[in-house]
This record gives sequence, C-alpha cells and structure tokens, in this order.
Amino acid sequence: MKNWNLRLKLGLVILSFFMILGFFFPLLYSGNVTEWSTYPTNLKPSMEHFLGTNSLGQDIFWLLCNSIRTSFLIGLFVAFFSTLIGILAGLVAGLKGGAVDRIVMLLADTFIVIPSLPILILIGSLTKGTASLFLIGGVLIAFNWPWPARQVRSMALTLRERDYISIARFSGESTIRILVKEIFPFVKDWSIGNFINTILVAISSESGLAVIGMSSNSKATLGTMIYWANQHQAMLGGKWVWIGSPVVAICLIFIGLFLLMTGQQQYSALRRGK
Amino acid sequence: MKFLKFLSSRLLTYIFVILLGMTIVFFVPRFMPSDPVESMLGQMMSKSSTMDAAAIEAMRKTLNENFGLEGTLGEQYFGYMKRVIFTQDFGPSLTMYPVPVKELIADSLPWTVCLLGISTVISWLIGNGIGLLAGIRKDKAYSKILEGIAICIYPIPYYIFALTLIMLFAYIFPVFPLSANFDVSGFTWENLKTVIWNSVLPALSLILTGTGWWVISMTTLSRNTNEEDFVAFARMKGLNERKVISRYVLPNTILPQITMLALQMGTIFNGSLITEILFNYPGLGSLIYRGILQADYNLIMGTITTSIFAVATATLVIDLLYPFIDPRVRYN
Repeated sequence: MKNWNLRLKLGLVILSFFMILGFFFPLLYSGNVTEWSTYPTNLKPSMEHFLGTNSLGQDIFWLLCNSIRTSFLIGLFVAFFSTLIGILAGLVAGLKGGAVDRIVMLLADTFIVIPSLPILILIGSLTKGTASLFLIGGVLIAFNWPWPARQVRSMALTLRERDYISIARFSGESTIRILVKEIFPFVKDWSIGNFINTILVAISSESGLAVIGMSSNSKATLGTMIYWANQHQAMLGGKWVWIGSPVVAICLIFIGLFLLMTGQQQYSALRRGK
Repeated sequence: MKFLKFLSSRLLTYIFVILLGMTIVFFVPRFMPSDPVESMLGQMMSKSSTMDAAAIEAMRKTLNENFGLEGTLGEQYFGYMKRVIFTQDFGPSLTMYPVPVKELIADSLPWTVCLLGISTVISWLIGNGIGLLAGIRKDKAYSKILEGIAICIYPIPYYIFALTLIMLFAYIFPVFPLSANFDVSGFTWENLKTVIWNSVLPALSLILTGTGWWVISMTTLSRNTNEEDFVAFARMKGLNERKVISRYVLPNTILPQITMLALQMGTIFNGSLITEILFNYPGLGSLIYRGILQADYNLIMGTITTSIFAVATATLVIDLLYPFIDPRVRYN
C-alpha cells in the first residue's frame, strides 16, 4: 500500500463498486433482464425494485447490473487485444526498422485518421441494429491498436540503442528472450495505463453507437439502455431513473477508469524513483 | 529538404487514408451475411408505398453498382473509386429521388464544418489557456481545482454531455430549443441570431468535453517544461515572468498540442456526429442518421465517404500548419 496515491485509491474504490454491481449481482437474478412486461410498468423505487421499473416492464436495477457487465466485457475484450496487438506491432516496427517500420507506421497513422464511428455506423445500418458485439469489438480493436503501437515503437527505438541490449544480443540471447526479459519491463507500466484507457474508449464507442441504435439493440449494455429510454421518451415523461441511471453509471465508471489510469502512472513513476 | 520530407510523408498518409477508408467502405457491405440490395429495397418499399417505379429501378441499379454486383469485383472497385474521386458522384438519394446525394452533402457539410471548427478552436484555446495557467502556478489552490474539474469532465463522452444539457436546459429549465430549428434562408442579422441561438447547446456540449483533454495534457506539458533548466536560466537572467512564459514555456508546449489536435481529429469528429444526431443539428451527422433511418443506402455511402475525406483533410491542414510554427521543420 506504500506509494498508493489518492487517485489510485479513489479509482479502485469506484471501479470495485461497479465491478461488484456488474459481475456479482447478475448472479443473484435468474430471469431475463431484457424481457419486456416482466413486471408492472413504471413502478416507483421500492424494496422489491430498488430503482423501480420502466415503461417496458423491466426492472431497472437488474437491467443496469447486466448492462454494466456487458459494457465491461466489451471494454476488457477490446482493450486486451488492442494493447497486445499494439505492443507487438510497435516492438516489431521499432526493433526491425526499415521497410517493416514504415509499413506498420503508415497503417497505424491511417487508422488513427480514419474516424471509426462512420464505419461502425455503416456496419450497424447494414445489420439494422443486430450486429454481434464481437464484430463491433473487432472493429474497435482495428481502430485502437495504433495508439499503443506508436508509443511502444518510440520506446523501442530508444531502447534499441542502449548498451545493455547490445550486450544481451552479443552474448547470444535469443530475440524472444531479449524482448521478454529486457524490453518488456520498460513497456509494461505504460501498457497498463493504455489498457485502462482503451477500456474507457471501447465502452464509450460502443455506447455511443448504441445511443443512436446502431449497436446490438437486443443486448443489455449501458448504451442500449439509454437508447431504449430515449426511444420511449423517458425524458419527456420525466422517468429520470430510467435514463439517468445508465448516464450516471457511465460517468462514474469513466471517472473511475481515468483516475485509476493517472493514479497508476503516478504510482509507477514513484516506484521508479522519480 | 527537411520541409519537403515532412510534406511528402504527410501527403502520403493523406492519400493512403483516403484510399484505405474508401476501400473499407466499399468492402464492408460484401462481408455482411444478407444480400443488402434486396433487403434494403424490401425495407424501403414497405416504408413508403408511394414510391415511383422509375425510382425503384434507379435504386436497384445504383445499389447494384455500389455493392459491386455488376461486372467483376475489380471492375466495380476501380469504377467506384474513379467515380467518387473524380466526380464525387454517389448517385441519387433514394428517398428523395432524384436529388443527388452530392447536393444533400453540399448543403449539410458547411454546418458541420462551422460547428466543429468553431467549437474545436474555442475548446483548444480555452483548454490550453487553463492548462498553461494550472501548470505554471501549480501550487495555487485554483490550479488544483481547475485540474480537478478537467479530470471529471474529460472522461465523460460527448453524448452524455449532450443528453445532460438537453435534460437541464430544454426540459427542466426550458431556456434553449429542444432540437435545433434552422428554418432560415438568406443572410440577415435576424437569421444569424436564430442560427446562433439554436447552435448554443450542441456547441456547448462539444466545447465542454473537448476542453477537459486540453487542460489535462497542457497542465502536464507546461509543468514539465517549467521545470526545465533553460526556463530556470531565463528566470535567473532576470527576464520578467510574461516573457519567460511567452518565449520559453509556450513555444515548447504548444507544438505537441498541435500534433495532438491532428491526431484527435477523428475522435472529435466521432463526437460531433453523435452530438448532431442528438440535437437534430442539420449537419453531416444528422444526414448520416437520416440515411440510416430511411435505409437510403446511397446517402449512407456518400456521407460516410465524405466524413473520411473531411477528417483526413482537416488533419492534413493542421499538420501543414506545423511548419509555420516550428522553425526546425522549415530550416535545415
């Protein structure tokens, strides 16, 4: 617990709260949360329905828990693969150099410039709101690997010139071993930060797509919850809990993720003795 | 020489972005499981019974062309690329037949460019201003408060801000119109006032979200630069604080922020698309949305291709500003 700063602690507390809501609570509920007319519509919050029910007859609390889980899973899936592909591509580009480097970087720069949302909207419109979350996740990976790739490449470029790497190479260490033992520790701290940030970006992109009805409308995610609430005029009808709960959840989760990311950076900077 | 190298690498990326973007837009429909042409035609005919027979025929033809169903794949691909690059022709809008998609885009693009351009510049200036202040006066209480606010604002996505602003200022305190209403023609002061009044909320949500990031990154950058030896030396030399900041700190912090702006264009554009849709603002985003709702495939293809063009061009323009500000790129 030494060196733990306020941001790290605060971020962890917020995220733990939502992780419990998202991964533990859904286990307690056996029904199908997205099924319509399970309960009477528009009930006020009570002991039976913590957040009441919506105009579709769904229990808002259980719907919210499941939405949080799906959104987290999308975020983790996209963040894991984007970071992995990004680190590998960046290391290869930085260490090999030459034509490989130029091609990888041209691809990375291209994907950074192309806006991802229009492409996702194109897919969403062709599948009419039934795109699988894996497909959406895959597209998000394609648009999110370039950031870690660029960063890791520039780290690899400076590392390549360090003496201890040359010594390892001349003493006959295999390339894989050099990568894992000598270079990865340098890239690790930054990659954790990038991983957390990509979770944020992925959840944000999916829910943005969902808000306009172009994601997987029948699945419960934080974005589709807002979409259905908007579709049924939750704001006009003053059903603030229905539309407000996913909005508040998204805000807090994102602030938690961001605090965790900056807190982790401060923590690792301290540990390095800066 | 250095400048030429800089220029050619940026132009290469620009061309590559457009080619790859268009290729993705061309090929994505082919990997979809259902036959999009017939399903779209069916969907459209079920929506409007009064559709012209000529319109349906023209639709099938352009749909087939767009999906590359006439001729070989290669022929269709190159045909599509040539058509779009040289004539910007996306065929007629299917639901507003025979108005060309190009015309609809030409009507809406200026709205997006204005809203996005103005709000991006404002948030960049405000964000960097606050960030510089918070970075240099890092021990002051207000710096910590400003940074804290930015940390809470930055991670919140555009559409949440848009929804919150709609909730607050259109429902709870009905100050601004619920959705933008631009029933104006011609330029008069009265019309300009209407346009501005209707643009306040969408612009505000774009500015608020945009500013957070610039504050955070500028705070870190200026704090680090402020601790560099050459800045300490300038202070010891007896230069006044204004000069130290404007001549020593600012030039070294503003350059990365310009690069960052170029890199962020895609993300900023994504945000503006959703904001436009939520506010019903008559720009490119709403046009894409209209295409989706009405299953107007030509309109969707046209607007999405235009989005990629627009973002790539904006990025190139920002990149080309760089040499004017950074002398190291201009001279050897």
